[in-house]
Amino acid sequence: MRIHRAPWFWAWVAAFAAFLATWSISAGGGGGAALAVAALTFASFSVLTGLGQMLVITMGPGNVDLSIPATMTLAGTLSLKLMGEMTGPVWAIMLAGLVSALAVGACAGVVNFALIRLLRIPPIIATLSASFLYQSLAIWSNRGLRIKPPAALAEFATGRAILGIPNLALVALVISIGFWVALNRSGFGRRLSAIGQNPRAARLAGVPVARIMGTTYVTCAKMAALTGFLLACFSGGAALNMGAEFLLMSIAVTVIGGSSIAGGDSNVPGIWAGALFMYLIVSMLNSYGLGAGVRLLSTGVIIIAIVAVASGRKAQA
Amino acid sequence: MINPRLLLPVLSLAVLVAAVFWLQPRAMSYVGVNLLFNLAVPIALATVAQMVIIMVGDIDLSMGAFVSLIACITAAILPENPALGWAMLAGCVLTYAALGALIEARQLPAIVVTLGMSFIWGGAAVLILPSPGGSSPAWLTAIMKAKPPLVPMAIIASVSIAAVAHLLIMRSGFGVRLRALGGNLRAVSRAGRSTVRLRAMAYAVAGVFAVLAGMALVGLTTSGDANIALRYTLLSIAGVILGGGEFTGGRVSPIGAVIGALTLTLAGSFLSFLRLSPDWQIGAQGAILILVLAARLLVRRAEKRA
Amino acid sequence: MASARPNTTGPEPVVILDGASKSFGALRALDHVDLRIDPGECLGLVGHNGAGKSTLVNLVTGQFAASEGRVIYPGAKDHRQAGIRAISQEGMLCPNLTVLENLQVVQRDLTGWSWRRLAARRIGAALDAIFPGHRIRPEMPVFDMTLAEQQMVEIAIGFAQGAHPARLVVLDEPTSSLDASISAQLLAHLRRFCAEGGAVVFISHMLGEVFEVADRIVVMRDGHIIADRAAKGFTRQGLVDAMGHVADESHEPSALRIRALGNRSDAILRTPEGVEARKGEIVGLAGLAGHGQAEALARFYLAQSSDWRSLAEPAVVFVAGDRKRDGVMPIWSIRRNLALAALGHLCRLGMVDRAAENALSADWQARIGIRTPDMANPILSLSGGNQQKVLFARALATTAAVVVMDDPMRGVDIGTKTEVYDMIRHEAAEGRTFLWYSTEMDEILNCDRVFVFRDGAISAELEGERITEANILAASFEFGDAA
Repeated sequence: MRIHRAPWFWAWVAAFAAFLATWSISAGGGGGAALAVAALTFASFSVLTGLGQMLVITMGPGNVDLSIPATMTLAGTLSLKLMGEMTGPVWAIMLAGLVSALAVGACAGVVNFALIRLLRIPPIIATLSASFLYQSLAIWSNRGLRIKPPAALAEFATGRAILGIPNLALVALVISIGFWVALNRSGFGRRLSAIGQNPRAARLAGVPVARIMGTTYVTCAKMAALTGFLLACFSGGAALNMGAEFLLMSIAVTVIGGSSIAGGDSNVPGIWAGALFMYLIVSMLNSYGLGAGVRLLSTGVIIIAIVAVASGRKAQA
Repeated sequence: MINPRLLLPVLSLAVLVAAVFWLQPRAMSYVGVNLLFNLAVPIALATVAQMVIIMVGDIDLSMGAFVSLIACITAAILPENPALGWAMLAGCVLTYAALGALIEARQLPAIVVTLGMSFIWGGAAVLILPSPGGSSPAWLTAIMKAKPPLVPMAIIASVSIAAVAHLLIMRSGFGVRLRALGGNLRAVSRAGRSTVRLRAMAYAVAGVFAVLAGMALVGLTTSGDANIALRYTLLSIAGVILGGGEFTGGRVSPIGAVIGALTLTLAGSFLSFLRLSPDWQIGAQGAILILVLAARLLVRRAEKRA
Repeated sequence: MASARPNTTGPEPVVILDGASKSFGALRALDHVDLRIDPGECLGLVGHNGAGKSTLVNLVTGQFAASEGRVIYPGAKDHRQAGIRAISQEGMLCPNLTVLENLQVVQRDLTGWSWRRLAARRIGAALDAIFPGHRIRPEMPVFDMTLAEQQMVEIAIGFAQGAHPARLVVLDEPTSSLDASISAQLLAHLRRFCAEGGAVVFISHMLGEVFEVADRIVVMRDGHIIADRAAKGFTRQGLVDAMGHVADESHEPSALRIRALGNRSDAILRTPEGVEARKGEIVGLAGLAGHGQAEALARFYLAQSSDWRSLAEPAVVFVAGDRKRDGVMPIWSIRRNLALAALGHLCRLGMVDRAAENALSADWQARIGIRTPDMANPILSLSGGNQQKVLFARALATTAAVVVMDDPMRGVDIGTKTEVYDMIRHEAAEGRTFLWYSTEMDEILNCDRVFVFRDGAISAELEGERITEANILAASFEFGDAA
């Protein structure tokens, strides 16, 4: 196994380098564990949205879900509202919250795909205009109130139950393994990859293109909803702009992680590397005393450089 | 020879104007009209810029960040150091041209490249103007807030933007070649023309209009902010669609794009006059977009059957 | 040979091909061709699929560079300056532009403030000259025009006045979407154009038109020019014979191979175009390329399969001919490519059974002879012929009763072909039905029944002994006079 050939290898190298660079200057070497915990926690959110976005991007050029932030906000808002109004045993409230968040995600995914399929709107515009609707729904149902999540859930979202690893990271890890199995071992993953490489050829080889695409958009929206739910519990309530940064983030971690923007080639380990890298580079630049400007600039340069180089590789093959 | 594709945008704008005047008769005045359409000027410019990108088959997700950057340069640097300011604005246009060349030469997806660029524009904007502030150059404010007799400045500006864009994109030979790129790329390269050069030109044109959008915005608000125009990305795309533009095939209309931008601006005022909760403003924009696209699909189906 | 013709002291030729060859990989599309076209000549170019017509045209019009030999434009530095224009089959208009704007894309000297007036004058004059009585205005957007009008505009652009006047116009099936009277106008214009000293290369499957307009006919086959003489020297039958392989008398009559396929009423499938097949029958779709065969097959396949459901045992499978567009998954291994259509069969509880997949691919590697040391190698590491075998195996590895093949042997070496023919015959004997569109005559001659397509419809149905090259060619070309 030539490990350095794996598309996620360099992303991991970069993430480790960023970790070391931040660690060495931040607290004289003492804050390593704290930094790792913070990185894992915040990376979890990027990983969860990134996994969904990666699935969509794997379907090839033109496929992207721009409704992730709005879906996150809507699911977070509605589920917290439901939990706030419910009475009964704690586990039932928590379960109801989770299920309602996932249901919101499923609805958003169905609406997105219906717009794409029935109205033949390009995915960018379809998910964009649908996200306006979700956003309005969230604003309307939120009414500026900040409903606190049940204490047990908030504890879970911020806690570190096993070996000091953040619970959120464990959740993201389990889901990532699920995605890896689905993408690399299941018939669904095969068919998704076929669509991403050549939708026409996939259809002619008997792949049920509409079903796979629909499943993918719904899954992506569900992942966004789950992230919204967890983020709302983590930060003590849903905020209207809480999803904003995850639009660019979900695409960025997919691209940095080595998934092909030309489609067909997804990469779960890379998502983790990309998410950790994106968090650590921010911490690194912060600890060097550089502001948000340099941080954004370097993020943009990294994304474009990776895209330009990665597509060049594709063209040679 | 009125373009029938302009009929729907014109009609919807007319209906909206009538509705606003009916709800709020006081708006039917020099000052009222200027207030209604003032903020439409920078949006119209950004919409034309987005239209040029859509015209060549791409989409620009960095439009809002770019207009914000221009606003920061205009507010922070142009008043104090005009030479540097103008050089930076020219550099921004050149960067846009380079992006177009890069996208065509390496066959990159414009969505991802412009998304990456939105980080870069945003970062540069924060570096130039870390906190909201700056000031508008006096001449710029004078232009934007001028009070010409009879017709408000906002109307004059919108009409001139539409006219200039129409002449450049629809009438000139240069514009025709750019549109050909979106219509039939193979035909263009078969005719022996450089597609890399043409795409770079298209992006440069878009860059110029986007620069004007940022400057116009500062002329109105008299200060800059790194987040001042972020919503322009969505507004500009919506404006192009409302104005009768298509995502593919290079079928766009500059006059329609300006009308689309005016319609979007007015829709905001209309909803607030309706006392519709501001919660639904954004949602209404999304719903309008979806409805327009659905209506267009139905019309096209009917045409095909006929 | 053209170059051997006595060089009269007339005007300089427009273009000379001097031993020009063009290869695509192993395929030699054009093999040492000598051709010279003089002003005032109207050249008819005929040949069956794959004879090298389009390659020749692309060489003359400067779209391809010759792999060997030379293309000379006497007195000009390139094809553009030589006044060589091409009117191709594939639609080279920009639909979002108006008629006169499309001229702007092609012509370089339309500059300055009044370019529109100049362009309108040029295109209007060309349209008036070629198609008197046309209703096309230069300001009309191409998008709103009918197919015939678009074709007329393309032709007019080819003849329009420009910085370098048209001296040689190449027309590839220019009348395909024109009705008879418009076609007649075009042919009349071509004769006028040649009489005034212009040269024309005219490609058409309507032999009547070729005879009507050409004063010299060039017949191509297998990348060679096999006949080049005055049009008067040909009879229609002679022309068709020249296009075919005269030496192919050794072909065993199909009657010997007639198998017990049952009555014709036993058809298990019937497409809207009227193609029928019985169980175990190999049905060929013949005719010139682009006359609706591929579309008919794709429509049939899509109607028989679903966008939503995937069956473990599909009823119909598809073998692509355009591998890059319709078949190969470029980043996958050979094994994954092979197993794609049978995926429903290979899944247990949604997971791919990798042992079963390995067994399936090993089995088919042996049966169809895919030459690779390891089926885990990337598909693109294979030669074109072996990639095609993988696509065959992909289809045959399912249990589907009907196999649809869209010209799958395009650009495949003869060894692979023979192996695949045997495989198809074997599978047919086992009861599989094949719908086989092919542009290669020897494949069509191997079918049990043949439907010849012309202009999107079936022009002949041949069975048994009647499946001969002559009959197929006769049905592919239209004999009737134009207009």
